[in-house]
Amino acid sequence: MGWIGETVDSVKSIQMRQLLTQAVSLGMIVTSALIIWKGLMCITGSESPVVVVLSGSMEPAFKRGDILFLHMSKDPIRAGEIVVFNIDGREIPIVHRVIKVHERQDTGEVDVLTKGDNNYGDDRLLYAQGQLYLQRHHIMGRAVGFLPYVGWVTIIMTEKPIIKYILIGALGLLVITSKD
Amino acid sequence: MHSFWYRLNGLLTFSVTILAIMCAIASLSDNLNTPSPSAEIQVMNINWFQKQPQGNDEVSLTMNISADLQSLFTWNTKQLFIFVAAEYETPKNSLNQVSLWDAIIPAKEHAKFWIHTSNKYRFVDQGNYLRGKEFNLTLHWHVMPKTGKMFADKIVLTGYSFPEEYR
Repeated sequence: MGWIGETVDSVKSIQMRQLLTQAVSLGMIVTSALIIWKGLMCITGSESPVVVVLSGSMEPAFKRGDILFLHMSKDPIRAGEIVVFNIDGREIPIVHRVIKVHERQDTGEVDVLTKGDNNYGDDRLLYAQGQLYLQRHHIMGRAVGFLPYVGWVTIIMTEKPIIKYILIGALGLLVITSKD
Repeated sequence: MHSFWYRLNGLLTFSVTILAIMCAIASLSDNLNTPSPSAEIQVMNINWFQKQPQGNDEVSLTMNISADLQSLFTWNTKQLFIFVAAEYETPKNSLNQVSLWDAIIPAKEHAKFWIHTSNKYRFVDQGNYLRGKEFNLTLHWHVMPKTGKMFADKIVLTGYSFPEEYR
């Protein structure tokens, strides 16, 4: 009777160990991704070091689905720079070009007006009610580089959440059923 | 270890890595280019110069802009975004930059040009300090690559000034 109990125990322990190993590997993957993301945030000085272009307002330079690399330094904001900014009350950041800069003599603070290359008029229509300019604290970063097409994955996953669930489900299934 | 999925996974990872390395090299090759651009801007006419009801000065002017920016194009260049900005200082602001006109140059052939135009965007000051003021006209360009790092530079042309009185 003793060896039945032993066999049952050893079978249970193998599965337990395998499960734990898989859980640890999964945890390692997730934490390394997080470390890379947070590290990028530190290096670029921006809350969001990579953004996906969502609209066609900067065509033909940036098309929907491109990704932009952002960097935020203490350098003053100057006309022509492509900046990513948030409007109070809107959650989606906007990527447009600075067309007007007014920098105060005394405080060094800036008032900035932006416009999308492909738009007819400036962004005052997008700003909050009564807001004529952006200030530095609205701006999340400057675009310094870009990769075409790579952002489509994110756009598809955001606009059709079904695909996100299918992907995660399939990944989960793969992890559970893999024999090593 | 040799099933279809493992092979597909290996292939995909490898090709993505190679693509990323190629994009990085393409971007680095842009540093080998030494450009020699030139530009000239003439203010043909100050069309009008008024103070708006809100108290800000506004001016409308017509310019002749000619430039040769062909040396900025490399094989990794998608387009050139250029704009002309007026830069000046006022008692209130240490720097003002107002974009007057911009254009997108999609190919090297179009990079040598001459254009006679009035300001595309309204030239409105923050205040009413423009009378008699000197300003610079700067031609900025932004090189947008097919992949990788974007470059920007400018040519500053000095010696322009607003009229002493509104007209």
